[in-house]
Amino acid sequence: MKKNKKLRLATIWLDGCSGCHMSFLDIDERLLLLAEKVDIVFSPLVDVKVFPEDVDITLVEGALGTEEDLHKLMKIRPRTKILVAFGDCAITANIPSMRNPFGVEDTLNYIYLEMGADRPQIPTQGVPPLLPRAQPLHNYVKVDVFIPGCPPSADTIFFALNELIEGRTPQLSQMTRFGA
Amino acid sequence: MSGNTTIKTFVIDGNPVSATESETILDVARQNGVNIPTLCNMSGLTSTGQCRLCMVEIAGSNRLTPSCVTKPEEGMEVVTESPRLLKYRQMILELLFSERNHICAVCVTNGNCELQSMAQRLEVDHVRYEYLHPKFKVDGSHPKFEVDHNRCILCGRCVRVCDEIEGAHTRDLRNRGIQTLVITDFDGPWGESKSCTSCGKCVHVCPTGALAEKGKSVAEMAKRRQFLPYLVMRRKGASK
Repeated sequence: MKKNKKLRLATIWLDGCSGCHMSFLDIDERLLLLAEKVDIVFSPLVDVKVFPEDVDITLVEGALGTEEDLHKLMKIRPRTKILVAFGDCAITANIPSMRNPFGVEDTLNYIYLEMGADRPQIPTQGVPPLLPRAQPLHNYVKVDVFIPGCPPSADTIFFALNELIEGRTPQLSQMTRFGA
Repeated sequence: MSGNTTIKTFVIDGNPVSATESETILDVARQNGVNIPTLCNMSGLTSTGQCRLCMVEIAGSNRLTPSCVTKPEEGMEVVTESPRLLKYRQMILELLFSERNHICAVCVTNGNCELQSMAQRLEVDHVRYEYLHPKFKVDGSHPKFEVDHNRCILCGRCVRVCDEIEGAHTRDLRNRGIQTLVITDFDGPWGESKSCTSCGKCVHVCPTGALAEKGKSVAEMAKRRQFLPYLVMRRKGASK
């Protein structure tokens, strides 16, 4: 890892609820300590539209739920040194995977047509098609670090980021777990 | 205990230990503070060796041996932790997670689940096998309890406690392999069971959220197991 130079950190959420990002913000004033060591080069929290090259660490929240999610992940992987599966959705597909036993068609029919909406219709404009199943990131790309939790606690996130910044692999099993 | 009990001495993880004739390797390990991972085992119920987590290495044998159903032999050298054992134990947990829909974040036993805590203990932070996402049903026909087969790991504790402790044998298993289902009577709705006494023992020995009390929300279903050692003790007392 580069010395005396700020690392380039990116964060993104795919098929998730943003809860992991909220937990990231919950590290509170320690964000300032983090800001001394990293530049946030892409994130829902900053105004950058295109995922940049040469990112050191990317936190990916959320499962792969749509073709767009997959497209983004495939762009992120070659541009990132350390790809972190950030939270249970990224690791297990978690809540988004609850549709998997039923299939896309039945799921959409049930939610949009059978639930009693005013004008029942399945949205097709401006929304990416769903993948047949919501899936964990590591089904498609190499994941370097897994941070379980729904969401991982702020302390877990801060610890994990610091370890990564210091060039170590974070040992998280005592701090967090699936569903934590 | 009878007067002429044979004591066997053997070795667990390099330490000399001794066992009576009735004790298994797992029993002796626990008495000596060696915490072998288990899921299907429950003190007070018959051991069946179903989950395979308690497998240990025995010097001179290539085969792994389930310690909950194996009695030690004189001079035996047992190893309870090794990279090989860890590898298989992690595989077992990952396969259990992949076979059904264990979604900890929305489970009634989140934070109180033995599968979840065992995964944490054995440092399973992701599942390498493809999730099968099968379509299993939830039976909510009983007025007090419900069974969610999506979270069942087929440990058989509910079957054994109902048979051996309650004496009702309401539960059993049907089908084979990953299609195995815990059933009520002849696979009917739980609420219509003629044999179930509604005692709830099965619910409280269940290691996961597969069996739960109704009305519990996420993370609210903590299992209460104090009854089991008490009933076992009373029964032993009665048979003396």
